[in-house]
Amino acid sequence: MTGDVGILSVGAYLPRRRLQRSAIHQANSWFVPGLRGLAKGEKAIANWDEDAVTMAVEAGRNCLGTEDRQIATVSLASTTLPFVDRLNAGIVKEALNLSDDVSAIDTTGSLRSATSILLQALNGSQTQLCLSADTRKARPGSEGEMMQGDAGAAVLVGRGEGIAKFLGGHSVTIDFVDHFRQTGQDFDYAWESRWIRDEGQVPILSTAINEGLTKFGVGGADIDHVLIAAPMRAVPKPILKACDFQPENLSSLLYEDVGYAGVAHPILMLARVLETAKAGEKILLVGFGQGADVLLFEATGKNTENAAGFQTALANKEADENYNRYLFHRDLLDLDKGMRAEHDEKQPGTTLARDRKGVLGLIGGKCSKTGTVQFPKTDISVAQNIRAMDTQEDYPLSDKPASIVTYTADRLTFSMDPPVYYGMVDFEGGGRMIAEFTDIQAEDVEVGRDMRMVFRIKAKDDKRHFTKYFWKAVPVRNNENRGNA
Amino acid sequence: MARGIKDKVAILGMGCARFGERWDKDADSLMVEAFDEAIGDAGIDVSEIDAAWLGVGFDGQNIGPSGIPASMALRLPNIGVTKVENYCASGTESFRGAVYAVASGAADIALAMGVEKLKDTGYGGLPVRSRGTRWDMMGVTGSAPGNFAQLAAAYRSKHGVNEGDLKRAMAHVSVKSHANGAKNPKAHLRKELDIDTVMNAPMIAEPLGLFDCCGVSDGAACAIVTTPEIAKAMGKDTLITIKALQLAASNGWEMQGSGWDGSYFHTTRVAAKRAYEEAGVSDPASDISLTEVHDCFSITELVTMEDLFISKEGEAWKDVLNGDFDADGRTPCQIDGGLKCFGHPIGASGLRMIYENYLQLLGRAGERQRKDPPSLCLSHNLGGMPFQNISAIAIVGLADA
Repeated sequence: MTGDVGILSVGAYLPRRRLQRSAIHQANSWFVPGLRGLAKGEKAIANWDEDAVTMAVEAGRNCLGTEDRQIATVSLASTTLPFVDRLNAGIVKEALNLSDDVSAIDTTGSLRSATSILLQALNGSQTQLCLSADTRKARPGSEGEMMQGDAGAAVLVGRGEGIAKFLGGHSVTIDFVDHFRQTGQDFDYAWESRWIRDEGQVPILSTAINEGLTKFGVGGADIDHVLIAAPMRAVPKPILKACDFQPENLSSLLYEDVGYAGVAHPILMLARVLETAKAGEKILLVGFGQGADVLLFEATGKNTENAAGFQTALANKEADENYNRYLFHRDLLDLDKGMRAEHDEKQPGTTLARDRKGVLGLIGGKCSKTGTVQFPKTDISVAQNIRAMDTQEDYPLSDKPASIVTYTADRLTFSMDPPVYYGMVDFEGGGRMIAEFTDIQAEDVEVGRDMRMVFRIKAKDDKRHFTKYFWKAVPVRNNENRGNA
Repeated sequence: MARGIKDKVAILGMGCARFGERWDKDADSLMVEAFDEAIGDAGIDVSEIDAAWLGVGFDGQNIGPSGIPASMALRLPNIGVTKVENYCASGTESFRGAVYAVASGAADIALAMGVEKLKDTGYGGLPVRSRGTRWDMMGVTGSAPGNFAQLAAAYRSKHGVNEGDLKRAMAHVSVKSHANGAKNPKAHLRKELDIDTVMNAPMIAEPLGLFDCCGVSDGAACAIVTTPEIAKAMGKDTLITIKALQLAASNGWEMQGSGWDGSYFHTTRVAAKRAYEEAGVSDPASDISLTEVHDCFSITELVTMEDLFISKEGEAWKDVLNGDFDADGRTPCQIDGGLKCFGHPIGASGLRMIYENYLQLLGRAGERQRKDPPSLCLSHNLGGMPFQNISAIAIVGLADA
């Protein structure tokens, strides 16, 4: 079981806005006063231009860093994949500029689909980028609205010196329907939470964990980090006792600062713990959903390189009390968008196929004659003093540090989050483009300001139901990596 | 450079419909209104027109494709009518077609018509539209004010102008145009404004407030051109001739290359140099009597005065505040109210500018007539956005100037 395949690196992504649960409660307490107990802390919420695909891309970029890895498979686990039939992991592959000879898999259908595919990857022999992200929708006034947050998380699995060894895995599958969401539906339907806890999560998880521990030949007391990705805070407590874990080793459920991030949650917890885990420490990761996955790791201590991981993502935040905007961004509040929103966003299949690398990968061109970098690629180079034709070689711009040349805050054009900021950005090393800015505030814009590129939703075609993606610029904040020039 | 067309073509007559929210008129009626004035001014019969050009910016909300709508509305005698579109420079583009036809000898008398019916869209500002499939995937669907507003930040940063000073200079541009527009019976906006109202107006696209933006109007304007010889033979004593007509289109350098800093119009500088050469103007700041520039937004007018070499680079904001471009200043700009107040029916605007210069040169501008008799007048008509545009310049003047 303990082959040489392990975890090479981890990545995390949290959307910048953190909705204050007190703001939710303030709006809804007249209707559901009983949720007062949950109205503590904040939860990470995706911006209007983020979904499972974009968050997976950012988690993946965070996980891969600047190292050039040969990846055999990229997988994306989520219960909120934007497309039912279009390989979502394929979009991610393009955004990450992975080679075409890579396999890509979407996994879905359960909140433990991320731990399940991770286990598959660890039991294999190839390098696999295991991505997970969820942006689950909850009805206003529901318990889920209080509890759930949005996030993306990534694990790179493969041979060689990594940050954690894989010591073993165990799975059980039981069609226990604590909640469900049929295809095409927006919201979960859940049964009574006490029943879910006492008859479902606690007994299923306790049994699965104990079976796993027996199989791995370790005792609960030997585990240094117990990661139980359970949506309800009352779940882990009885499990600690049933499995002989030391209570102080229970890892944070991230309720107060992130919220329960669905499929991504167990991987997010793992990414957090692996940032600081010391060599030799044992980490037990548990995913729940129609059964359970139990995975045992041992940290190698070689985990300090990824400075821009979970903690950086956690610190890069903006406290948000705008509950109405949150509802609007999830199509739960039907604001009058005005006539400018009627602009047809139809995406021709032909043009997307032709410009696939430019649109999804932000690949520009570098003239082999003059070295001139430009976006997008064209037959004849933009260089003014020489006529160079058919000289442009692929030149990825997504990781290049950028800076603002011009900007505005436009209140006239339609935006889901007005005013929309945009302007021209220059890339270090050459190239420039007109880019929309996102996750930005008035004080963030000035000529010369450092920016970096992120993969986001450009627009949605509501008539034909198609999400259009492209790259936008965000301000570089705190100790974030500016990119790689 | 080519020899040019200086003094080879004369304006025989011009007309301009009243600009504004013309709820009761469609594009056909607006064309008829402008044409009726022009043909009366020219003193010819419709049957004498050999060819026509029609400039329109927006198809969908307008008259539909081809030159047929003008041919039908004006009942032209089955002559060639060419529809042209070059963003907001479409008016000057149609003028270019007619003038070149006469200069080449292909036509003795040609018509340039520009029209736009914008107020059938249902909202303020210009309609949202596609800019091509590639742009729709990789560009930003910004508004016109959003695109032009970006000049301000870049200009401030480059020239070290503080935010308040630039905002005040921009406000002065609009206050001046409102004062001029108030005297123009054909103008869309005829109310004078004070500087505080402009400075404190609601923000549209930072730093452009409501009154930094021009009116969105319905309207039409046209010109009938011929050779100076024919004009003279028809008994015209004071001839207004074309001194220069130049157009420069971006080739992508601003947006894709490196070096453009976002604070000016590269194409305007190129077109202006060519136009001055064609017209034989060596010192535009003193030789040009009047200017009509493409003031779609206050900041556009401000930087354009530098790009036309009428202000020194980095100093237009001071010249503006100094009143240099006011109706009684050294080189008045938009003495008719400009796009700001006369209004901006896209396809008509370039011709409306030439119309005003034509009236001023003939001393027919009524209450707003410039006191010092003008001799050379420039119009600058811009289409697109600062990083990608068409810049069209027409210089007209007295034949013997």
